[in-house]
Amino acid sequence: MSAQVVTITSGKGGVGKTTAVANIATALAAVGQKVVCIDADIGLRNLDVVMGLENRIVYDLVDIVEGRCRLRQAMIRDRHFQDLYLIPAAQTRDKTAVSPGDMVDLCNELRPEFDWILIDSPAGIERGFRNAIAPADRILLVTNPEVSAVRDADRVIGILEAEEKGSPWLIINRLKPSLVRQNEMLSPEDVLDLLAVPLLGIVPEDEAILIATNRGTPVVLDEKSRAGRAFRNIALRLMGKEVKDEDWDTPESFWSRFWPLKGRK
Amino acid sequence: MGFFRSRKSSAQDAKERLQLVLVHDRTNLPPGALEALKDDLIAAISKYVEIEAQAVHISIERQGRSQRLVADIPLRPRGQRATD
Ligand SMILES: Nc1ncnc2c1ncn2[C@@H]1O[C@H](COP(=O)(O)OP(=O)(O)O)[C@@H](O)[C@H]1O
Ligand SMILES: [Mg+2]
Repeated sequence: MSAQVVTITSGKGGVGKTTAVANIATALAAVGQKVVCIDADIGLRNLDVVMGLENRIVYDLVDIVEGRCRLRQAMIRDRHFQDLYLIPAAQTRDKTAVSPGDMVDLCNELRPEFDWILIDSPAGIERGFRNAIAPADRILLVTNPEVSAVRDADRVIGILEAEEKGSPWLIINRLKPSLVRQNEMLSPEDVLDLLAVPLLGIVPEDEAILIATNRGTPVVLDEKSRAGRAFRNIALRLMGKEVKDEDWDTPESFWSRFWPLKGRK
Repeated sequence: MGFFRSRKSSAQDAKERLQLVLVHDRTNLPPGALEALKDDLIAAISKYVEIEAQAVHISIERQGRSQRLVADIPLRPRGQRATD
């Protein structure tokens, strides 16, 4: 087994990176994949609370890197799935406590035992972001249909191109279909036309996310939630399966134009 | 009043503003620099051939993630006197 390393980043803060990591990881684990998440947002850790694992933390990412514990000791097992783990970020240190090389070494040590390593990137384009993308085989870019989030996403795409990391796959989060219908929100077509990268999925604005986050149980475990379904579809697409989203008033031709996984084996 | 009726939707506004801002972000060419570039270009070309300076049009076109600088420079017919 050799895990794929997938980093979730965005440029702008608060667009839904941590929510995406927790949900994609949980959805992958739910279909039997072995998954470890790494919270690379040192100093502002949150993946632990979104996954509901905050009470189990003893060691963290910086403890591993600085040799205060063994890798296994810092891996927290999820409450719902046997084969889902979290490596939490340190809360009392800053991004410089870890280097891009440390992240590459850590992932190389984890690769043989997992199918997926998901890395939650901090906002911005500085050291923490560099740490998060260093070991990535694939980068997922989260944005919202809103001017500043799209502009920052474009900057990140430019940096990834310059670093020869390839095109990231886009997740458009917090879409409000009713606002798009009234022409008061950028449509997925608009965002894709502007950013010109492949689309991995669209996640609607959904109150169920707030409720799920309150409880520390990712929304993908809520069968009825629309955002949960969207994240389950995203996880399946990452695995190379073709799945169509529920219809956000998007014509058939839209999906065939932007399908990133189309034509891949 | 036509003012409200003719107002663009905010999504259209957002898209058009982003189109401009992304082109300048990607090329690191601020909007003002494009005007200066146009003046320099007119001066340089005028050394070789007479052009219709007022009709020169310069723009950045976007195709996917690449940008190209497009200049439309009408040449003045031979023997015709400058009108400007
Ligand atoms: N699709 C969505 N619908 C409603 N709320 C959302 C959605 N996605 C994210 N949120 C909320 O937005 C906030 C920021 O999300 P978070 O994942 O912490 O962003 P980031 O990690 O990019 O800073 C959180 O309060 C989260 O619950
Ligand atoms: Mg976060």
